[in-house]
Amino acid sequence: MPGLTLNNISMRFDLPNGSHVQALQDVSLHLAKGELLSVLGPSGCGKTTLLNIVAGFLAPTSGEITLNGHAVRGPDAERGMVFQEGALFEWMNVRDNVSFGPRMAGRRKSDYLPEVDRLLEIVGLKDFRDKAIYELSGGMQQRVALARCLANDPDVILMDEPLGALDALTREKMQALVLKLWKETGKTVMLITHSVEEALLLGERLIVMAPRPGRIHKEYRLPFAELGAGMDLREVKKHPDFGTTREEILSMIWNMEEEIMGHMEPAS
Amino acid sequence: MIFLLWGAFTGSRLVPLHVPGPFAGETSFTYQSESEGGQLSDGRVRIAVGPDGALPAGAETSEDVAVAVQSGRNKLIQLPDDARAVSVNGTGIAPGGAVPVEDGTVSMTAKGTLSFAAERGLQMEPIWLPSPEAVVGRFIEVMANGYQNHSLWEHIGASLLRVLAGFSLGALVGIPLGYAMGLSGWFRGWFDPIVEFMRPVPPLALIPLVIIWFGIWETGKVVLLFLAALWVMAIAARAGVSGVRISKIHAAYSLGASKWQILRHVIVPNSLPEIFTGARVAMGVCWGTVVAAELVAAQMGAGMMIIAAAKFQLTDIVMMGIILIGLIGFGIDMLMRQAESRLVPWKGRG
Ligand SMILES: Nc1ncnc2c1ncn2[C@@H]1O[C@H](COP(=O)(O)OP(=O)(O)O)[C@@H](O)[C@H]1O
Ligand SMILES: [Mg+2]
Repeated sequence: MPGLTLNNISMRFDLPNGSHVQALQDVSLHLAKGELLSVLGPSGCGKTTLLNIVAGFLAPTSGEITLNGHAVRGPDAERGMVFQEGALFEWMNVRDNVSFGPRMAGRRKSDYLPEVDRLLEIVGLKDFRDKAIYELSGGMQQRVALARCLANDPDVILMDEPLGALDALTREKMQALVLKLWKETGKTVMLITHSVEEALLLGERLIVMAPRPGRIHKEYRLPFAELGAGMDLREVKKHPDFGTTREEILSMIWNMEEEIMGHMEPAS
Repeated sequence: MIFLLWGAFTGSRLVPLHVPGPFAGETSFTYQSESEGGQLSDGRVRIAVGPDGALPAGAETSEDVAVAVQSGRNKLIQLPDDARAVSVNGTGIAPGGAVPVEDGTVSMTAKGTLSFAAERGLQMEPIWLPSPEAVVGRFIEVMANGYQNHSLWEHIGASLLRVLAGFSLGALVGIPLGYAMGLSGWFRGWFDPIVEFMRPVPPLALIPLVIIWFGIWETGKVVLLFLAALWVMAIAARAGVSGVRISKIHAAYSLGASKWQILRHVIVPNSLPEIFTGARVAMGVCWGTVVAAELVAAQMGAGMMIIAAAKFQLTDIVMMGIILIGLIGFGIDMLMRQAESRLVPWKGRG
């Protein structure tokens, strides 16, 4: 079956003190090729763990992941990753960062440079390609991270709160860019975010995860990403369903966090 | 500031303000003496204080004594007819006693002889602290003629060469060792206790053992500096490796890099800022250690130069050496900083 399939993924961390954390319990999902899935949930519900398992950085305690029919084992160039921050290579300039994947694969310069420059143009960094990473703003750095991931032409792009460290205005612009890139490249994307609005705007589908143990609580199919491809994201937010869905999810997550607080012993 | 104080306390011509210096010039005091027969007589002692020991102008008479005193020294005064003084400037004096007079102090020895010491002032004598111009003069002289059979540049070059050799060997062994410790739990298990134990041992404490094992000359010194640099560099390289953000490694893996490619293109460059910091520390430690090691034994070197000069109380050479050692240490650090900002400009901006 084409696409990314997660089959009953469970993850248990054994702690040094003998106890353990059930970070994920029987998570099953299917992402069709070209689908963009947003993942929401209170912090600590296992979102990062899930993404790390799909990326191959962690082996699940049980369960299986397949991509286009073959089992996923360990990290691979077919599954690209965009981190929140700090994952760029400061000792390389912008262009060398973006061309890292092709260079490691041993491809010839004449082969990958046109594509690298085209991507830099798409993310608006054409004039910055010789700049050092530390000379760029946070938003520009995330553009480099996106371009670097795309330059490797992965089948799936995994994003862990990629816009979480940006200010509100930059964030809005970057959301539009992510949507545009997704539309243009047709990549399968799994996007973790803390922002309900972002999840609604960008995701064709959205899952809300619940903690203790981490599991899928509810799933939505959303029309907004389709709308957003043709109009300003601010206009999309005015859609009547947008507000109601946002409120519904917000109070859902709110309740989960209340419950987590209730579990904790009152400090005395 | 330090220079002004230095000049002020050494009477330097290079600074406008001085603390009071030693008295120089002519002075005198009166005395009353008693001869063996019990006869009292008055007299006067005229004193010339100066560097050359010239007597004061004017002839001696039966009750007028003329003496010359060198600055900062005492001078016994023989009264005419071996008379014993009973008072000085009208103040009674006994053996062991002293009377302050103009520009100095007159004291009486246990045997009853008068002794004059000119006012010393607050300035230091050259043997304790030479004036800046004396040091500069000595610097020019040593630059031209060398010292202890070697030119100044040979002395400094010898020290620098030892530092360079010891540091290079230390880095050559220490950096791979640090990498191995950062990357492999097995290496860390074996070498961590050794490194952690050796790191706080001051290199100077190793001198006796190094002398026993490697002798007192070049080999011993280079081994000592090698050891001084080794632990610092190993720890810096280990910190550089374990300080790499896991997201960088993850990003490289999911971009398709192999383990070796990650080591070469991510871990090693990522560790360079730490390694440069370590190198700066190691160079400083090596420079300090080489000077100290040369104090123990050497035929040439900056440390050897000052310890040899100290044996002959050539304080100006000692001062010159200390200033040069300080300046070179500072220069080394500046060079390392420059290299750092050129080679790892992203340091602290990740
Ligand atoms: N390496 C680990 N060792 C032990 N516990 C872990 C580890 N990684 C994550 N956890 C635990 O698993 C749970 C889920 O964490 P995480 O996936 O980071 O949540 P999220 O990204 O949704 O905030 C948390 O309770 C966290 O403490
Ligand atoms: Mg997380």
